[in-house]
Amino acid sequence: MEIVLSAAIGILAASGAWLLMRPRTFQVIVGLCLLSYAVNLFIFAMGRLTVGAPAIMPKGGFVNPDAYADPIPQALVLTAIVISFATTALFLVVMIASRGFSGTDHVDGQERNL
Amino acid sequence: MTVSPEHLLIAPILIPFFAGALMLLYGDERQRKARLVLSFGSAVALLLVAWELLARATQSPLAEGGAMGFYLLGDWAAPFGIVLVLDRLSAMMLVLVAVLAIPALVYSLAGWQRQGQHFHALFQFLLMGLNGAFLTGDLFNLFVFFEVLLAASYGLLLHGSGAFRVRAGLHYIAVNLTASLMFLIGVSLIYGVTGTLNMAHLAGLIPTLPDAERPLLHAGAAILGLAFLVKAGMWPLSFWLPSAYMAASPPVAAIFAILTKVGVYAALRLSMLMFGPGAGPSVGMGAEVLMVGGMLTVFFGMLGVLGSQGLGRMAGHLVLISSGTVLGVIGFALADGGSAMLAGGLYYLVVSTLASSALFLLIEPMSREDGDIAAMLALTADAYGIEDPPEDEDAGVGLAIPGSLAMLSLCFGGCLLVLAGLPPLAGFVGKFAILSGLLAGTGLAVPWGWAWTFMALLLASGLATLIGLVRVGVQVFWTTEGAPQKVWALEVGPPAGLLILAAVMTIEADDIMRYMEATSHALHTPPVYTTGVNLAPRISDQPEEAE
Repeated sequence: MEIVLSAAIGILAASGAWLLMRPRTFQVIVGLCLLSYAVNLFIFAMGRLTVGAPAIMPKGGFVNPDAYADPIPQALVLTAIVISFATTALFLVVMIASRGFSGTDHVDGQERNL
Repeated sequence: MTVSPEHLLIAPILIPFFAGALMLLYGDERQRKARLVLSFGSAVALLLVAWELLARATQSPLAEGGAMGFYLLGDWAAPFGIVLVLDRLSAMMLVLVAVLAIPALVYSLAGWQRQGQHFHALFQFLLMGLNGAFLTGDLFNLFVFFEVLLAASYGLLLHGSGAFRVRAGLHYIAVNLTASLMFLIGVSLIYGVTGTLNMAHLAGLIPTLPDAERPLLHAGAAILGLAFLVKAGMWPLSFWLPSAYMAASPPVAAIFAILTKVGVYAALRLSMLMFGPGAGPSVGMGAEVLMVGGMLTVFFGMLGVLGSQGLGRMAGHLVLISSGTVLGVIGFALADGGSAMLAGGLYYLVVSTLASSALFLLIEPMSREDGDIAAMLALTADAYGIEDPPEDEDAGVGLAIPGSLAMLSLCFGGCLLVLAGLPPLAGFVGKFAILSGLLAGTGLAVPWGWAWTFMALLLASGLATLIGLVRVGVQVFWTTEGAPQKVWALEVGPPAGLLILAAVMTIEADDIMRYMEATSHALHTPPVYTTGVNLAPRISDQPEEAE
């Protein structure tokens, strides 16, 4: 499971980083999305991988923490997803505005002169 | 119902939050007055609260666990719940935010507030994010408040629209989104290694960490630091900064002057806590990076100032010089450069932020082609000339040229003196304190050549600032022909106010330096911060103790 997850994070991050360097705004935004998926999975993995363990403990009495998944990374991931989703949406709006102003989807607002 | 005084600690976050949210209800153009009242009411309230918190922080003892202000949200005990922490450094930054906010808002009244929607609401959310980032005591909330202030800054940068702004905004957002993702990677790596997000708890855990996990922690801290350094504009990560600051409308750029300082603040706070004295084998991690990076930033900023054609781009590079200087100082502080030097660096941070904010406000009135704006308001130039004593030598020149231009040139001269670090204004005091602290320091962990290079760069950057700004000043003030530009008092008042503050900081330098030295001492003694936070009392525990 570790190999699969780390490979998934690595591939997502690598493709995201590559796309981020591309000259088209659409590629940049897809790259940002992929990177944020990779980061979200990474945060999740930082709480250690467990199978079939609930994150919420019952109230009262003795609780064996080994039987439960670490709830904090899950809470963090939730926040991170919301924030990166919202900011990416904002970026999309700016991207469209830039397209409207410059008539091109190049990140510099003009095509490179060949 | 009585509200106990410790609730004041969360006010710097709640005031702008509610002000901003309420303003959204007054979206109609006819209700502009209500928005203005809310906006100024919130800014003034913030200043008062920040001032009171500063007074409290000043009184706190410097002993281990010196009683700082804490606020446990939801009354959860410290390492588990969210905690807000007030100490000298954060109180100082809170005051700086409020002091910068008011002039920027006044300036926006001259016209910029009408250039787009929701200027005031976004401005309040920016203040909320800034205050939150300075107050928070745990890493993840630092991220959340960073995002709050960044989201607001994206909107503010685009305020006024136009192709240039949108293009600069596109780059700014892309760079900062990537930096935020790095922030998350760093935070989660640190959590994965240590199992905590609370800064104080984290600082306590670092010395006892097993050696096998230390490299992973360092990697996490380095990635986290990268995110801060992008915000602070350290050299290889700073190419977005001059264009973004140049594109921003003047009141926005004026408050953006503190955005780089948020990165500097976070780098300072975390590096001194995590890798300061008492961190075991991790002492001084990242010091070299900060030193070299700071020096390269100053060098790059210098080249930029000398090479810039317009005042806007020059001001952007001046921000780089200022944050590069402070980053270098933090690096030397981590390498045992001495507590006095860091105190000078903090003083310089405040003063240079004030001056660069004032400079951003001066750009527009100075570069206006001709006076198409209506007449000058009732405030006369003479009134300001009297209030601004340090420019006496310029006054002879000022009398010969018409009133509005004289005011502008006085303010510009003030900015120049502060930013170049020339006497008699406060920039000189700051730079002098850095240099003398560095020279007096004994236990420097790096070869002295580094310190000499840094000192040489500090002086050279002052010279470059002088050359660059004088060139602009000569162009604008002495070689203009025809009728002088007309300037609104609303436009000249705010930078003049900021410079008067810088002048006051020069006059009160003794007391302020003492405060900075106490701050620097507290930063060099992490237990002052950590013991206090870890023992922060819960409210629900207190009645039992009383009985």
